[in-house]
This record gives sequence, structure tokens and C-alpha cells, in this order.
Amino acid sequence: MSDLSMILTPEYISVILLPALIAGIAVSLCSSLLGVSLVLKRCSMIGDGLSHVGYGTLCIAVALGWAPMQVTIPVVILAAYILLRLSENSRIGGDTAIALFSTSALALGILASSKANLTTDVSHYMFGSILAMTRSDVMFSVILSICVILVYVLFYDKIFAVTFDENFARATGLNVQFYNLLIAVLTAVTVVLGMMMMGALLISSLMIFPAVTAMRLNRHFRGVVLTAVLVSVGCFLAGLFLSLWIDTAVGASVILVNLLVFIAASLISEIRKNRQKHDAI
Amino acid sequence: MAYITCENLTLRYESLIVQERLSFTVEPLDYLCIVGENGSGKSTLMKCLLGLKQADGGTMKFGDGLKRNEIGYLPQQSMIQRTFPASVREVVLSGCLNGRAIHPFYSKSEKQRAAEQMECLNITQLADRSYRALSGGQQQRVLLARALCATKKLLLLDEPLTGLDPLVATELYGILQHIHDDHGITIIMVTHDVECAVRHAKKILHIGKQENFFGSCEDYAASAVGKRFLGDHAVPEHCANCAHTHTRQTEEGGGNE
Repeated sequence: MSDLSMILTPEYISVILLPALIAGIAVSLCSSLLGVSLVLKRCSMIGDGLSHVGYGTLCIAVALGWAPMQVTIPVVILAAYILLRLSENSRIGGDTAIALFSTSALALGILASSKANLTTDVSHYMFGSILAMTRSDVMFSVILSICVILVYVLFYDKIFAVTFDENFARATGLNVQFYNLLIAVLTAVTVVLGMMMMGALLISSLMIFPAVTAMRLNRHFRGVVLTAVLVSVGCFLAGLFLSLWIDTAVGASVILVNLLVFIAASLISEIRKNRQKHDAI
Repeated sequence: MAYITCENLTLRYESLIVQERLSFTVEPLDYLCIVGENGSGKSTLMKCLLGLKQADGGTMKFGDGLKRNEIGYLPQQSMIQRTFPASVREVVLSGCLNGRAIHPFYSKSEKQRAAEQMECLNITQLADRSYRALSGGQQQRVLLARALCATKKLLLLDEPLTGLDPLVATELYGILQHIHDDHGITIIMVTHDVECAVRHAKKILHIGKQENFFGSCEDYAASAVGKRFLGDHAVPEHCANCAHTHTRQTEEGGGNE
């Protein structure tokens, strides 16, 4: 355990901690919003698949000396579109298609990075390095996060309709394919941003945990969305400070706090259910 | 001019042609039940009417001011919906989306419309309850209210009675009769239950593997296909699913809206 007052010098706070906080809160917001839709549409694996594709692309970009984020985001958006089409049309089933596609992309990336001997450079993105983000990384994350949140809020009603009942939405003339694509694109952007922060291995749980926790506690869609946002940001803050305090990896600490909150929420919902049964008798 | 005119439709399920030369019309204020064996193409026809699928041949025309996105639809429930966290109000409101181009958030008049439909189906007191905590009959009313938000003209129901107990099914038939008579909404219903269909509907479309029938309920009961499906008694006084019979027109004659 470390003495926080030793670490938290004014300089450390302004140069490293504050940017990490801002970027982390922004990305936590995005991932929790999209997580609700992904979990409810039963396609939480898309987040995981996209993080594989993202990591693979990143390796290739670094090996070739390109700007990692600027290359990865469009490629992952394209992958999101392909994954969506695969899971709609393929005969082998959505989850299988995602697994095949994303691990192939990952393998390609690893191949490229081993050829160029960059294992240490890219492992940042495997486990995340939020405290090592540059100022421009932070700006980039915050601007994109704001775009994701704006689009989500503007299309909130339609995203609900498409998530709840695709066939009804399509029958009443909503362009379901467009909104599914919109969800996939937003997810793709969030996954890449989250990769810098949480790492490719952990980003999908950052999307899923707040959503399932919120679903334990809430019975309305709006309540679920708002709770997921609060849980996500709260767990991020708690995880970040915990990691500084006991000197552990940030991404892993955030996920573990999420797990604890999820367990607590499950207990609360069980107790509530039992009490209702008791009252009913 | 009819709402929907279908001529010589060919319906295909996967690679199998299940219907050829299927023709029928849906006039305003019709109450049409679509019956037939499994695999005869009922759900495929449904999907074509909703625009979820294209017919493989023939023509389907929409007329009399009916647009395809003005059809209210009551689907069979999926597993996802039974556990979906959403309030009754949120579900009903989502039926209002078709009338709107791109502007975000529900307008006052859309909220008003949702409230009216909830009142009409007597679920106003459930508005803040969670959809997944409701009984099967209540869920069906919520989805019906949502469908009514989407249409002022035509309602399409896909096997609405599946999984409902007889009492609730009777209630649902009563509600449909009310919607049809008092609100002037045209109804198309796909159902397994031929006897109830004949009791409640005005017209029957029977689609079978060998023969089709389209016409009034009385003609259907007298036809060869109808006799085979209805059994010995031509028009049953009491159908299996109904605890009591309904008169076809309400006594006030409707139109009190």
C-alpha cells in the first residue's frame, strides 16, 4: 500500500491524474450507454469481437509506423459493419461468425507485430495504460466521447424501439438496419477509445458490467440507462483511486470494483424479491 | 378502393413455394381472420403484408390512403421481451415513432396519443409498472396499445391468443370487437382457432396446401374446406375458447368516439 499524499503531488495531479480522470469518465459514460443496448439485444460478444479486431489493427499500424488511433477507428467501424451483416445473414450463427472473424484479425495483427519485433510497445494496448495517455490522446477521446453521447441521446427513443422489438420497429417503417449500424459504429468508436484506457482484454467487460448491474436494480429502460451510467463512472473513479492506493493496474482494478458492485446489486435484488414474496403471502 | 389488394401472390418459405396465385382484398372496416394448417404460408403472408419480406410473385397494392407504415402490428412475443426492463409507458410510446421523421424525443401530442390508448385498453394504472412483471394478458394489452399508437386504420395480429388462458382470450376478443366497432379500425388476424375466427370475424381467408378460400364467414362454414375444418357443427354457438358469445355489433351501434 502506498501513501497517497506522497504520490498526489500538485504536478502529478495536473499532468497525469486529471487528464486520465477526464478521459476515463468520458469513455465510461459511452461504454455504459452502449452496453445496455448490447446486453439487451443479446449481442454483448460484438464488443469483445471488436476489441480483438481493434488490437490486431493496432499492431499492424504500429508495425508500419502509422498513427495507431486514426487508423484503428475506421477499420473497427468497418469491422462492426461486417460483423453485423455476418450475424444477420450467416448460416453459422452470429456468435460463431464473430469469433472466427475477430480472432483472424487478431492473428494477423500479432503476426505483423512479431515480424516487426514490437511486443513491448503494443502490450500497452493489451492491458491499457490510462496514466500514460498523452494530452492529444485525451483530447481525442473526450471529443469522440461527446459525439457518441450526443448521438445516443438524440436517437434514444429509436434505439429503445430497435432494442425492444426489431420486427415491430421495421413494420412501422423505422429504418432498423440504419439504427443497428449506428449502434455498431458507436460501439466501435467506444471500444477503440476504451482500449487505450482499459486494454483490449478488458474493454468489453467495461460495457457489460454496468448494464447488468443496472438491470438488477431497475425495472424501467430509462432507469437502467441512468443507473448504468452512474455505476460505470462511480466504479471507474473508485477503481482508479484504489489502483493508486494499493499500486495495481488501473484497468483490472476498475473491473474488479465493477464485479463487487454487481455482486452487491444481485444480493439487493434477491433480498427485494424475497421480501415481495413474503409480502404477497 | 380497398386498403390492401393482393393478386396472384406467390409465397416462398426458404426455397419451398408454399402458395401460388393467392388473391384477396382487405376493405376498410373489415374483420378478416387468416386461418390454415401449419406450413401453409400464414406467417410468410404476414411478413409480406408488413413489408418485412417481399412476395415472390404477384402484386400487393395499398390503397385508400393506407401507407405501409400505418399498419399497427401485434407480434408474437419473443423471449427477449419477456425479460426486458421497460415500463409500460415506454413500450406504448415506442408505437408512436412511425409518424415522425428525424426529430428526437416524443412530442406532447405523441404522449397524449399514448395516454389515450392506455386509457382505452384500461392499462393507465399500469403505466409505471415494469412490462416484464405483468401477466400474459396484461402484456398483450400493452402491446395492443403500442400497435394502436402506430395506426388509426389497420391492425394486424399474429396469433395473439397463443399462451393465453381461455378467460383472457375471451377478454381479448372483446377488446378487439370494441376497437373494431367503436374506433373503426380494420383488423387482420392470423389464428389457429378456426371456430373462434368464424364467430368473431366478418371474413375468412383460409390458405391451405391444396385449396384456398376467401369470403364471408357464412360462406366459409358452408364450403367444403370450412366444413372439414369446423367439423360437424356448421357455426358453433359457443367456441372452445370463449366462455360466452359476443354479438357482432354493439347495441349503441358504435361511433361514440
